[in-house]
Amino acid sequence: MATKVVMEALSPTMEEGRLVKWLKQEGDPVDAGDVLAEVETDKAVMELPARGDGVLRKVLVPAGSTVPVGQLVAVIGAAGEDISALVKDGAGPPPPAVAKPAAPARPAPAAMAVAPSSPSLPPAPVAAATGRVRASPLARRIARERGVDLTVVRGSGPGGRIIKRDLERAASGAAVPALSVPSAGYEDVPLTQIRKTIARRLAESLGPVPHFFLTVEIDMERAWDAREALNALGEEPRISFNDIIVKVVAQALQQHRECNAWWQGDAIRYFHDVHLGMAVAVDQGLITPVIRYANQKSLRQIARETADLSQRARDRKLKPEEYTGSTFSVSNLGMLGIHEFTAVINPPEAGIVAVGAITRQPVVDGGAVTVRRRMRLTMSCDHRVIDGATGARFLQTLKRMLENPLAMVW
Amino acid sequence: MAQSATVTKLDPARQEFYHRLLRQMLLVRRFEEKAGEAYATGKVGGFCHLYIGQEAVAVGTIAALRDDDYVFTAYREHAHALVRGMSARACMAELFGKATGSSKGKGGSMHLFDAGRNFLGGHGIVGSHLPLAAGAGFATKYRGADQITACYFGEAAANIGAFHETLNMAALWTLPVVFICENNRYGMGTALERASAVYHIADRACAHEMDSETVDGMDVLAMYDAMQRAIQRGRESKLPTLLEARTYRYMGHSMADPIHGHYRTKEELEEQKTKDPIAGLRHRLRDDGLLEDAEFEAMDKHVHEEVEDAVAFADESPDPDPSELFTDVYKA
Amino acid sequence: MPLITYRDALNQALREEMERDPDVFLMGEEVGVYQGAYKVSRGLLEAFGERRVLDTPIAELGFAGIGVGAAMVGLRPVIEFMTWNFALLAIDEVINSAAKMLYMSGGQIPIPIVFRGPGGAALQLGAQHSQAFESYYAHVPGLKVVAPATPYDAKGLLKTAIRDDNPVVFLEGEMLYNTKGEVPDGEYTVPLGQADVKRAGDDVTIICHSKTVAPALRAAEQLVEQLQVSAEVVDLRSIRPLDVETILASVRKTNRCVVVEEGWPFCGVGAQVVHEIQHAAFDDLDAPIERITGADVPMPYNKHLERAAKPGPEHVIAAVKRVAYLD
Repeated sequence: MATKVVMEALSPTMEEGRLVKWLKQEGDPVDAGDVLAEVETDKAVMELPARGDGVLRKVLVPAGSTVPVGQLVAVIGAAGEDISALVKDGAGPPPPAVAKPAAPARPAPAAMAVAPSSPSLPPAPVAAATGRVRASPLARRIARERGVDLTVVRGSGPGGRIIKRDLERAASGAAVPALSVPSAGYEDVPLTQIRKTIARRLAESLGPVPHFFLTVEIDMERAWDAREALNALGEEPRISFNDIIVKVVAQALQQHRECNAWWQGDAIRYFHDVHLGMAVAVDQGLITPVIRYANQKSLRQIARETADLSQRARDRKLKPEEYTGSTFSVSNLGMLGIHEFTAVINPPEAGIVAVGAITRQPVVDGGAVTVRRRMRLTMSCDHRVIDGATGARFLQTLKRMLENPLAMVW
Repeated sequence: MAQSATVTKLDPARQEFYHRLLRQMLLVRRFEEKAGEAYATGKVGGFCHLYIGQEAVAVGTIAALRDDDYVFTAYREHAHALVRGMSARACMAELFGKATGSSKGKGGSMHLFDAGRNFLGGHGIVGSHLPLAAGAGFATKYRGADQITACYFGEAAANIGAFHETLNMAALWTLPVVFICENNRYGMGTALERASAVYHIADRACAHEMDSETVDGMDVLAMYDAMQRAIQRGRESKLPTLLEARTYRYMGHSMADPIHGHYRTKEELEEQKTKDPIAGLRHRLRDDGLLEDAEFEAMDKHVHEEVEDAVAFADESPDPDPSELFTDVYKA
Repeated sequence: MPLITYRDALNQALREEMERDPDVFLMGEEVGVYQGAYKVSRGLLEAFGERRVLDTPIAELGFAGIGVGAAMVGLRPVIEFMTWNFALLAIDEVINSAAKMLYMSGGQIPIPIVFRGPGGAALQLGAQHSQAFESYYAHVPGLKVVAPATPYDAKGLLKTAIRDDNPVVFLEGEMLYNTKGEVPDGEYTVPLGQADVKRAGDDVTIICHSKTVAPALRAAEQLVEQLQVSAEVVDLRSIRPLDVETILASVRKTNRCVVVEEGWPFCGVGAQVVHEIQHAAFDDLDAPIERITGADVPMPYNKHLERAAKPGPEHVIAAVKRVAYLD
């Protein structure tokens, strides 16, 4: 009695697997439990076991192929047995022995994986898409440049084609205007299976950009003194805390490139330089002028630029290239007395840091309670790009830099 | 419609001239034999139309031309090119498609040109070069000059529209063109009598009130004399002439066509060969004491060497550079 | 600036070039004594004499070939076809002789000739007298093909064509001969291979040539009045060589395009223009490119059917609406 070998759901979230290597060849004898092949799943490389005895009669899928869960990949049978019916049959549902209990607990895609109607097709993308997105070439280009996800734009052209004016309408509704792409200095890293899964799962539950938040409290005594000392030199312009934050965030991002990135849908764009967007409140709203190459600029330069940009922002005199193209953003409501808040990420950026006011707080220091200047800083992260530990490490660096200004000098 | 008679007496004072004619006919003959061989061994591609048997026509008529006269012919043209002074090397290399060919390998057997020698092709569409020749004649008159344009074509071309349009305008505007119909009696495989209501090509001239002559195309001296008369008419009176040269080709229409068979008999071919133009002149010269056998052997040997040299040259020459594909489409 | 007819502009060009270069002559049916079937050569026989203005018998193949032969030995003929419909009889000389001679001879023999005459439809001339032939000649490497729409362009382009050392197919139009336009006194030429933006605009590019330029301009006016759509009208002027740069610059600006031509759609000039745009400006297109062409039928005689077979401003407007998603 022949046994079908199918791609099994080797993890609860798996929908397709990459058959890395066959460990048995056609004609090899096989006992139930033998490892037939290595399969890369969304989480790890797993073993595909034989579920019957006999000879590996037919291998249907070459090493290196990606195959949806449930598809027939090989047939085990007796040496002379006629297996033609099985081979023609194609994929069927996995034999009961391998049905995973996770099936009902999984979100919608599980249904497709378990009962494939067209087994040779990978499951259709889940997020909002009903199939291929129709968009004019121009609209695609604009969407690419602005980091707009076409699957969330409604098309008004024939057949639902997304055209330029649809993107313009979408843009005018959104808080973020058209972005200009920083011209040089980045590399795109295509997503691995793990990242794909994480991205998809989180997007399902949290909307387009899956935010999570990390808060850290920073001791600002030394930063305070450093600022006083700098401003005592009398040079113009005067350094503000915001300037310091911008400088330090930019430096920290250089050490944590994983946070200085854009989500691009099928890849993550890691930038070599830091173009920091600074949220500025203006009449009726908010605009985010960009300090380009913030990682390369001195504190004084940054101070000069932020003063100029902020003023022009308030006067509504910014040029588009001055408020687009940031790789990371900072929002500061400290001057308005907010201790702590969460900011919304500017897509396609992966993170934003929300800065609260510096206040004197009682702090336990070496067993005694003292009063020190403290500041709370909350980072919002796009979980598709930045994981908890990654964000935390970035904040650690940020904290260390703010708390030890001299370490940045030598 | 005058008929030319064969020249009866050879003039010893013109021995050198006769030798030159003979040598040229030999050169054409040996070149064409070699070209046929090269085609059969794949060194010449496409179409290859051989002039073997017709040598007297090209040699006899071109001998009467000046260097600044114009020559137009169709695609059976290696003879005319060689006689006009193009080197055997340049012609063979062109047949082989090499960069050293007269058209840099981009023309082939049917498109030999030499602007400097006023050899103006080399045309593949039957009859299409007749208006071109009339155009050169027109330009001569326009300039008030006295060049002659010689235009060679086969008898089958005498049925195409361009022939009639051209002869009409040449006669109407009195253009100094000599139209030389090389009547070898067969198109590709259609005998003239099956293609023409009027068999005598020269008779067509009367439709345009043009002078004409029928000439023995196997007799080089008869061709020369008839051409001289036509040239004089053209230079002095700007009148065109239609010469019909009755000749014969020994090979098929082209190398891809049968020598005989359905459309003509081997017997007829053998019979025609008895009137061979080269043998004809050679024997007359020998009979009149104007050519020793040894001289002839030497001449033929020399011609063989020239042709062998041309083949070697063509063999060793390079193909055109791939960039030549895109050159000479437009003049800058 | 003087306002003269397209016909007179051509006449001036011929006159000036024949005065300038003694090797230029004109040959064709009825060009001399009759003063030209469409009077383009009026007065030239009187001015230059029989040697340089030749009336021919009805023998297109013959006299076209004579022109090519004369060009082969250094003269600069202008061969007039009474209409381009009749030039089919001569097309062997235009293509197999004129276009290919330089190449076949390995660069030895250029052909500095102009073939000119009216092409395309007039009014109720019927199927055999109404065809547009741009495509037939534009297809051929070795030829240049020109189709001026205005008197200014007609004069400037004909002068350049005559001075060009390559064979030029010069397509005029019976319906254009009477149109008037500003033509400056004094010497000027218009280069081959250069399109002309006849009207600047931002919202849509309309590419046209010859008889379709006027309807395109009328359409552009209506578009701005009625729909506030600003159309840029690009007159190709030369079909071969094609000024791809100007075309692309316009489409990159407007992101949408309508191509108009009088000829039939299949393998028409517009097909080549559309290819160039989609290939090089793919990411700049917000809509597929629309083509407006003559109806894909032999030209009918009846007045209304004929009108329906020709492109008009209404077709252009409808096409613009489609590419602008206004329909």
